[in-house]
Amino acid sequence: MATNNPPLLEVRNLRVEFPTRRGTLIAVDNVSFEISPGEVLGVVGESGAGKSLTGNAIIGLLEPPGRIAAGEIRLEGRRIDTLPYEEMRKVRGARIGAIFQDPLTSLNPLYSVGRQLVETIQTHKQLSATAARARALELLKEVGIPGAEHRIDHYPHQFSGGMRQRVVIALALCADPRLIVADEPTTALDVSIQAQIIALLKRLCREHKTAVMLVTHDMGVIAETADRVAVMYAGRIAEIGPVRDVIKHAQHPYTKGLMGSIPHLGERGERLTQIDGSMPRLTEIPRGCAFNPRCTFRGERCLVDRPELMAAGASRAACWLHDARGVGAPVAKEPANA
Amino acid sequence: MAQWIARAADSDIWWSFKSSATTVIAAAVTLLIIVVAFLSPVLAPHTPFDPSSLSLSDGLKPPVFVGDDGDWSFPLGTDDQGRDVLSSIMYGTRLSLEVGFASVVVAMLLGITLGLFSGYFGGAVDSVIMRIADVQLTFPAILVALLIDGIVRGILTSQRHDEIAVFVIVGAIGLSFWVQYARTVRGSVLVEKNKEYVQAARVIGLSPVLIMFRHVLPNVTGPVLVIATINLGLAIITEATLSFLGVGLPSTQPSLGTLIRLGNELLQSGEWWITLFPSITLAALVLAVNLLGDWLRDALNPKLR
Amino acid sequence: MPEFVRIDGLKRYFDVSPPWLVRKLENRPRQIVQAVDGVDITIAKGETFSLVGESGCGKSTVARLVVGLYPPTAGTIAFDGHDMAQRRKGSETSALRRRLQMIFQDPYASLNPRWRVFDIIAEPIRAFGLARDKADLRKQVEDLLRQVRLTPADGAKFPHEFSGGQRQRISIARALASRPEFLVCDEPTSALDVSVQAQILNLMMDLQRRLQLTYLFISHNLAVVYHISTRVGVMYLGRVVEQAPTETLFRRPKHPYTRMLLDTIPDLEMTGRQRMPVGGEVPSPINPPSGCTFHPRCPFANERCKIERPKALPIEGGSVACHGIEEGRIPVEERRYEKAS
Repeated sequence: MATNNPPLLEVRNLRVEFPTRRGTLIAVDNVSFEISPGEVLGVVGESGAGKSLTGNAIIGLLEPPGRIAAGEIRLEGRRIDTLPYEEMRKVRGARIGAIFQDPLTSLNPLYSVGRQLVETIQTHKQLSATAARARALELLKEVGIPGAEHRIDHYPHQFSGGMRQRVVIALALCADPRLIVADEPTTALDVSIQAQIIALLKRLCREHKTAVMLVTHDMGVIAETADRVAVMYAGRIAEIGPVRDVIKHAQHPYTKGLMGSIPHLGERGERLTQIDGSMPRLTEIPRGCAFNPRCTFRGERCLVDRPELMAAGASRAACWLHDARGVGAPVAKEPANA
Repeated sequence: MAQWIARAADSDIWWSFKSSATTVIAAAVTLLIIVVAFLSPVLAPHTPFDPSSLSLSDGLKPPVFVGDDGDWSFPLGTDDQGRDVLSSIMYGTRLSLEVGFASVVVAMLLGITLGLFSGYFGGAVDSVIMRIADVQLTFPAILVALLIDGIVRGILTSQRHDEIAVFVIVGAIGLSFWVQYARTVRGSVLVEKNKEYVQAARVIGLSPVLIMFRHVLPNVTGPVLVIATINLGLAIITEATLSFLGVGLPSTQPSLGTLIRLGNELLQSGEWWITLFPSITLAALVLAVNLLGDWLRDALNPKLR
Repeated sequence: MPEFVRIDGLKRYFDVSPPWLVRKLENRPRQIVQAVDGVDITIAKGETFSLVGESGCGKSTVARLVVGLYPPTAGTIAFDGHDMAQRRKGSETSALRRRLQMIFQDPYASLNPRWRVFDIIAEPIRAFGLARDKADLRKQVEDLLRQVRLTPADGAKFPHEFSGGQRQRISIARALASRPEFLVCDEPTSALDVSVQAQILNLMMDLQRRLQLTYLFISHNLAVVYHISTRVGVMYLGRVVEQAPTETLFRRPKHPYTRMLLDTIPDLEMTGRQRMPVGGEVPSPINPPSGCTFHPRCPFANERCKIERPKALPIEGGSVACHGIEEGRIPVEERRYEKAS
């Protein structure tokens, strides 16, 4: 991963809003990050953290009334967040591939997988029907579908969950995209199948030099797959850095708590580190640092000033602990049962 | 109470109601018709079905705004018996509404109970109930109502029939509309009964009937309410059709349908107002109720919001 | 160890055949899912026994059989010496039911959305007649709410006003309301975020110590199972292929399927340990493979494995059903885990 290359994907101050009758909800707030060619960026967070919305904003599939309210998204230097729908659809097929949690939503139940692959290939590449079919077969073999020669004419419902997700990956690879946005690609699968799909994704991006934005709630998947990781909390990035540093030397109190709350093999029957409370609803994000009511390190400054990402060890964290002026006078955490 | 009002005013349903002009107008029209109809003994200028108050010399007066023969004591004119058309409409609407509400209640009680049993117990109970429903669906509702009415006529003398005509027609319409409720409730029950809150109640050892009425029923009321509203319009129309065909309510107890039939006989001789005004009232009422039903269906469906 | 719950030869088959008419017209056979196919487990008082396995292995069906949501096709479940299937008077059945309760997986589906939290928690108390009067009922519910770290004021709210973790606390309070001794927990944390999962696991362990509860814990998450269990049973296609005390199972796994499952645990210590991804998928329980059902995926399978169903043989305080282990064909393996830094 060379850092002096121009980034493949550049997200600057992205803000996603949901207008509701009770006012506008800010679901993603001031999110900035880059992905280099061939890099795997993990985006991790708990439900409602805004990680999937960030992914959807990048592939241009925000569900209305959600909308990009500020910021910009650039792919290979070209701005894509302002593209009209039709233009974006071409980019989505050709330059960005998408993989979703439920493979069934990405596959048309009425067409055989071969036909869907051939159609996608022909939309993006000038190939004859025979050549496209040959390419489709090659892709199915590449994603590890046994007996691809006859499975190519089967319909989605004839495949198991794990095999379907492989077909979806083949579909995402059709046009040789530079970036794949994978939203919880393994969540719906059994543990043994999860390991297979992760191994497949890793191999494919190594061989094709495809960058991956891997959105998941599962730190384990991130640890196995990603080069860098962004931890999201309440619509913002709490911490971003090389995966090893974030996991082994977390800098943000939230990341620390999150890592501590995952049960480890090697210690048993002891209390897990727990972060009391839960992530605030979008309607009641506190002032200052959004994490402050649950934070054991908070100070007066955290109640008022919202921290932006700043250098913290080998990573960057949005926490005043890493600022020269610190957090100010300590403030006790809110009672646990909130 | 104030708390309740505050909660209602803050709810999504109220908000979606307020933001739809059509719905507000439809609700206003429905409410107006209902209030006026039920207050007809107080509001109506005449009591049209008290023979002692009728005078044949008042017969066939046109509405006041047509020609010079009008009389302000009969603003929408009179029929051949000298009955005030406006008053007849008010009393007739009341009867139509009563029959409509009552038959919806009958259909609902029957349908919900059968649907609950069918969905919760499944197996043979389910098969029997649902096959009866399937068979009934192959006949138009109006035919079923005609059949039931016909059977009752065959059993009773015509005078006895006229006395209980209201109950016969309520029963007939109720029996022909239960299928929709039963099917909807059954569908919802099939979804709800596998949810874990029902299993939790079963782990405690509650009886199936208790679980059905305490846990499942409150969670299937949404769709039932929608059908009930749309069915109210349908029931009123069905009653009007039956009465128009002469197998509904007798002319001594005229509903809107009966009024339209009676007026229809005089249409050829040019007395159009006797049939037109009841028809307009019927159309306005049913349209308003249906618009309300449509809105309710959308408002209770989270996918459309 | 005194046995508290004893499950013997438990079987549950589900008939998923098409309707009779369709079967006759299209000449199709009956289809039977062997969801649970001969499970023997004993659980001691005060311990946490976990069942792990992939989806479709029958672990949730075992949970539902134990609390009586399904009748077993064969086999017995004995609770504190009482056979649950035996017919007895209503009051005796009720007295037994009171002592075992269940916690469900989905905190959004396990609470009736139309009921207030107070009534949800009060329902078991009312059903078993455990409160003397209204004031006593109120006090009991408030105590339960405090026990799961909620406040008495939360009783007046509806479930939709709570987050997933809070709802799971309400669900636990309801399960505790009848003062049970045995709780069946069906994936109680798998729908929750990790930080909330930690809260619920801590709460469950606190409650177990305080109230001397016995747990049957169903999960697909091996790290969670390792953390909370005294003993673990691994299920595959309706059968328990291996059971052992937790440390033994994780450090000296015997059955090839157990080893495969342990290999799927993601490595959070970043040791760069190479995981061996296992090929294949769980076959359909409608037509399970012959002999040892794991043989099509097993690297050690031989002819005997294809024909003969292995019996569970006692080994190291547990048992394992594998011909390879019995014959000594499969080398013993030691695994080490580092403590988190």
